[in-house]
Amino acid sequence: MVNTKDVTMDQARLEARELARTASAQAIDFRRRPRLGETIIQALLFICAAISILTTVGIVYVLVRDALLFFKLEEVTLWKFFTETMWAPQIGAVGILPLLSATLITSLIAMLVALPLGLGAAIYLSEYASQRVRGLLKPILEILAGVPTVVYGYFALTFMTPVLQALFGRDTVQVYNMASAGLVMGIMILPLVASMSEDALAAVPSQLREGAYGLGATRFETAVRVVLPAALSGILAAFIVAMSRAVGETMIVALAAGAGPALTFNPFQAAETMTGHIARITSGDISYGSIQYDSVFAIGLALFVMTLILNIISGSIVRRFREVYD
Amino acid sequence: MSLHSANEGKYAIEARNMSIYYGTFRAVKQVNLAIERQKITALIGPSGCGKSTVLRSFNRMNDLVASARVEGEILFHGQNLYAPSVDAVEVRRRIGMVFQKPNPFPKSIYENIAFGPRVNGWKGSKSEMDELVERSLRGAALWDEVKDKLHESGLALSGGQQQRLCIARALAVQPEVILMDEPCSALDPISTLKVEELMMELRKDYTIIIVTHSMQQASRASDNTAFFLMDPEDRAGTLIEYGPTNELFMAPKDKRTEEYITGRFG
Ligand SMILES: Nc1ncnc2c1ncn2[C@@H]1O[C@H](COP(=O)(O)OP(=O)(O)O)[C@@H](O)[C@H]1O
Ligand SMILES: [Mg+2]
Repeated sequence: MVNTKDVTMDQARLEARELARTASAQAIDFRRRPRLGETIIQALLFICAAISILTTVGIVYVLVRDALLFFKLEEVTLWKFFTETMWAPQIGAVGILPLLSATLITSLIAMLVALPLGLGAAIYLSEYASQRVRGLLKPILEILAGVPTVVYGYFALTFMTPVLQALFGRDTVQVYNMASAGLVMGIMILPLVASMSEDALAAVPSQLREGAYGLGATRFETAVRVVLPAALSGILAAFIVAMSRAVGETMIVALAAGAGPALTFNPFQAAETMTGHIARITSGDISYGSIQYDSVFAIGLALFVMTLILNIISGSIVRRFREVYD
Repeated sequence: MSLHSANEGKYAIEARNMSIYYGTFRAVKQVNLAIERQKITALIGPSGCGKSTVLRSFNRMNDLVASARVEGEILFHGQNLYAPSVDAVEVRRRIGMVFQKPNPFPKSIYENIAFGPRVNGWKGSKSEMDELVERSLRGAALWDEVKDKLHESGLALSGGQQQRLCIARALAVQPEVILMDEPCSALDPISTLKVEELMMELRKDYTIIIVTHSMQQASRASDNTAFFLMDPEDRAGTLIEYGPTNELFMAPKDKRTEEYITGRFG
């Protein structure tokens, strides 16, 4: 059963093919064409990349150069820097431990808040919330992430500290204390953890979820035993980014954690973090070339190395734990 | 297991007056379909006629789509699967599913199999689990190929092996019915044949419902065939003809079935 319409169609197709063949019989011009626009764009993009790399290199150069000035001083040795328990460069006490411990304690407290809550929020958003609820909550998270840290700092000082004092007593909890700053810093980082983890969870293909549901897994089992492990590398990366954010955070700790280096492991006591110390010292009048001036760069360099190490760890975690799901 | 005792009746699943909606769109209307126990039933029809929708209503996979709604009854052991008191998780434990694209978990082969029993309250010992894993892999004709690499990732297998792993994973839960949604569409012809042979083997113990767009596959590897078509008026999928596969292919009763199986369809 051949109808006439098909025949005319086939003829038309044949003719078209014939036409194409005669056209291609003429020599095709394969010569390279000048493409000025391409070249300019390539150059511009290269400049963008170069600028970001050069500024980083510049910053590191200045950091290292001035930190070296500090370490070359007679009263400073690397040994003293890492082992002495007091930081007061003007009188020759150059142990970074008090600053380092305050940084680690506040960051740790922040992580204790941000990781479980952030991950929980991410699982809720990605695995439980309806489209509508997610559409409502995600922007709120993003707004939270946009609150200036100075606001969080005052929140710590005027809300969190009084709450802690009410809970544990005014004798236990000092006005400036690491716990208050750490907790609020955790709240500040929470949206970052939630949003990055949610991205990682949402990137897990829905076929994996269906596979789990199809075997009689509940929503929770699916989320925790299938989706979470599949998103592990992304989630760990989120944790590390959060950690370097906590280590580098300045305003909250400068306002609420304390305004003087102190080696203490009691979170209810005041202690100054590395960032908080740099902020306070540099906003006062220190003279160029003084030991205090140079010490700031040494702390800065130490901070830089810490975040660098965190980033390297994060990179290797992402490579190591990446569960390829395709 | 005495799941399939003969006195349970002839049918594993019975859909009565089933209509399925996505929001206000009726994707499938007024389907009456009784699936024979321990047979392979193929659902065929052009793309978009609602085959997957019907299949996924049998183990309440449609619940995962917020807008999906089922009207009518789907009976399983005399109970309506959509009765308010029925737990979808329990349903899926008894009616397993294999998907179009192989979707092993990014875990080891062993863990892929062990997952289902574990989420269903497995209480056995390690060695019993080893046995179950072996039995499931043997059941899916995959054991010999993977017995030396049980602790390697399931994703390292070929596509055909991955799909058989997914079948093994479904078997480990010991379901009564296995739903397969175009399980071979992502596989090469040789893997396809292997899966088809496997289905023939599984039919001894399980009821299998398979969606396929390949008429050769339906005619080769099924006992009964249901042909669906979209009603051009309201774009809802309807069951056109249902019967033993050889009858449906050799002597279709409906003109539209004949047009479709002879390839004279849009
Ligand atoms: N999740 C969904 N949401 C809305 N409509 C859907 C969804 N899934 C399928 N449909 C619609 O239902 C109809 C049947 O789809 P489907 O069951 O996938 O057909 P088939 O498997 O036969 O190709 C189609 O019109 C399709 O667009
Ligand atoms: Mg389909």
